[in-house]
Amino acid sequence: MTVGSLLIWALVIGLALYVTRAHPEAHGVRSARWLIIGGGVVFPTTVLTALLIYGLMLIPELRATGDIDRRIEVAGEQWWWRVRYPQENGEAVELANEIRLPLGERILFRLSSPDVIHSFWIPSLAGKVDMIPGRITELVVEPTRTGTFRGACAEYCGASHALMNFQVVVMEPDAYRDWLAHQATLARAPTAEQARRGQQAFLANGCGACHTVRGTPADGRLGPDLTHVGSRLGLGADALPNDREALIRWIGHTGEVKPDVRMPAFGMLPVDELAALAAYLSELE
Amino acid sequence: MNERNDDLPDEELEAPPARWGSLWLLTFGPGIWAIHFLLCYVTAAVWCAKVAGRTGLLGDASLLVGLYTLVALVGIGLTGWRGYRQHRFGHADPPHDFDTAEDRYRFLGYSTLLLSGLSFVATLFVALSVVFIETCE
Ligand code: HEC
Ligand SMILES: [Cu+2]
Repeated sequence: MTVGSLLIWALVIGLALYVTRAHPEAHGVRSARWLIIGGGVVFPTTVLTALLIYGLMLIPELRATGDIDRRIEVAGEQWWWRVRYPQENGEAVELANEIRLPLGERILFRLSSPDVIHSFWIPSLAGKVDMIPGRITELVVEPTRTGTFRGACAEYCGASHALMNFQVVVMEPDAYRDWLAHQATLARAPTAEQARRGQQAFLANGCGACHTVRGTPADGRLGPDLTHVGSRLGLGADALPNDREALIRWIGHTGEVKPDVRMPAFGMLPVDELAALAAYLSELE
Repeated sequence: MNERNDDLPDEELEAPPARWGSLWLLTFGPGIWAIHFLLCYVTAAVWCAKVAGRTGLLGDASLLVGLYTLVALVGIGLTGWRGYRQHRFGHADPPHDFDTAEDRYRFLGYSTLLLSGLSFVATLFVALSVVFIETCE
């Protein structure tokens, strides 16, 4: 792309120099006419037609939903992402705010929204596709190299639209299988004393009404699944880094981090209880 | 033919009627292109939503698009031909930039011709998409 644009730039400047410096005198009517018809009509039409045909030929292959290796369902919700990985046994692992993909597989994203229009966009992997309430839209992605890529909501959806992001991790297939198997397991029981108190606080303060931690009484569905929240790369749809300090800030000042967020702030809790909650959640790897 | 003789009163010419300055012909080419685009779009959308389903084939819908394209290209061709005739009216070469009714008439004809060329190619480009994309996906 860069080389091509440099070539075109050099050509344009070269021509400009040619007519202003090398041959500033008037050019013949015939040659000027040929230049206009050739360079202004025939050449661009041919190039554009060739590019169009090339582009159109790529499209069916890019969009074909026939030979799909894997499906992933993503719902955009104000202002986070609910991600479900259907399993062979018919059940699905529900996670949130981060998507992992195995290298080299064709993946079909089935996109939806329970509230307003969002748009699912991973710029390095594919074009954006709207998530429309009451409809399922589809997107096919085939990652060709490992790495971590940024995804975002690309349709204004309310106050915290700009804080509705996610990370996409493309992994080697083996590593991916291990990761998904681990994400499907129940939450590990808290080990440290502080984390144990954190779990009690989690259940006592009603966090479980909105959040699920599989393997505990917490089974709410309004907010993101937190069973393995400690393993995520970011917090609150990538609004914060995922560490204890950020967890304390998130739980105590939710609405300051994310305006209009659908989770109440728990700033009234004593500091050591917030720290205990953070300890508990970061242990949920 | 290269002689400019607009400034000489041309014997054959009568006082140009008011419609000589009309801009309507100019809009035909791009107008047909726009209508063609809309028809193709709506046909494909209705076909995929009501008949073929989201993974279905465009099938007969692409025949319809072919038909629209044929009609549109003939329409644009005729418009271009009209424009060409208008441009060749009397004896004058482009750029037809004299402040006379005749030159305005020629200028509008020439512009119509050029716009028809553009619309012709654009209409073909629209039709190309059903040639290469055969399904609703
Ligand atoms: C009324 C429902 C509700 C309650 C109660 C609630 N949350 Fe949330 N929580 C949410 C929602 C909704 C989000 C997603 C917010 C966003 O990112 O826009 C969220 C996000 C989170 C996240 C970030 C998850 C991620 O994937 O990054 C954490 C951690 C969290 N909540 C912890 C808690 C804790 C701890 C409590 C109890 C003290 C709690 N929540 C109570 C609704 C709730
Ligand atoms: Cu948004």
